[in-house]
Amino acid sequence: MPRIGVVTFPGSLDDRDAARAVRIAGAEAVPLWHADPWLYEVDAVILPGGFSYGDYLRCGAIARFSPVMESVIGAARDGMPVLGICNGFQVLCESHLLPGALVRNDHRKFVCKEQRLRVDNANTPWTSAYRDGQEIVVPLKNGEGGFVADQRTLDELEVNGRVVVRYLDGNPNGSYRDIAGICNEAGNVVGLMPHPEHAVEALTGSGTDGLGFFLAVAGVELAAS
Amino acid sequence: MARVVVDVVLKPEILDPQGQAIVGALGRLGVEGVTSVRQGKHFELEVDDNVQDDAVAKIADTLLSNPVIENYTISRK
Repeated sequence: MPRIGVVTFPGSLDDRDAARAVRIAGAEAVPLWHADPWLYEVDAVILPGGFSYGDYLRCGAIARFSPVMESVIGAARDGMPVLGICNGFQVLCESHLLPGALVRNDHRKFVCKEQRLRVDNANTPWTSAYRDGQEIVVPLKNGEGGFVADQRTLDELEVNGRVVVRYLDGNPNGSYRDIAGICNEAGNVVGLMPHPEHAVEALTGSGTDGLGFFLAVAGVELAAS
Repeated sequence: MARVVVDVVLKPEILDPQGQAIVGALGRLGVEGVTSVRQGKHFELEVDDNVQDDAVAKIADTLLSNPVIENYTISRK
């Protein structure tokens, strides 16, 4: 059974939901602590949503220098699958594992809604349970979710298929080119603003469209539907 | 001991919704003539005399600012 680490920073909110999603997908969720550099031989790591270190300075800026992130950054560069959700995405950008940055929503309001997305790259370890072009609905909730990068970086992301998920039905936060999530050059590091971990159970979610992220890394193949 | 001031502002091409909100509030306050506000961060560091400029630049570049979206200036007081 794959062991998926879920990091808890001071101020993380969605670590429990992420761990639950991992278990529902059939993998073992391993809690990781921000102050502990040891990764306990996990096969992959999830950086959850929330407000790590109170969003002080910039979202994700302090978390980047935590002991656990030193290890995560090294493991990510060695090819370990790492998924950053919302605040986790911000941490990955601050860590320079992913290009660009997340800035305050252009309309200045916190957004909280069910968001339709298109999976533009189903070849990452986190999205292989989907098919290219598949449309999914998962919750989106952020105040600083506007993805920005310079034109050259944006063009490079597009040309190399590194836009993993894109917003549909209008842009909810001012993200350039409707980008909701991206991956690194190798594809093992994925960051996205929407929350697939909140859409894994029909009872409490917007549906179960988010489960694919966790099934993929748990090694469960889905029949393309 | 010396005081070093680091000012961080968003790059000109990055939208600043907070600055825009301040411009809007100034209008409601009855202030006229302010056409743009860019909000930034101001850091005052007390440093030992042996802390060199390149060390301060590293602090500003790696932690106090995000070079992807922000510029910074350093001044010693």
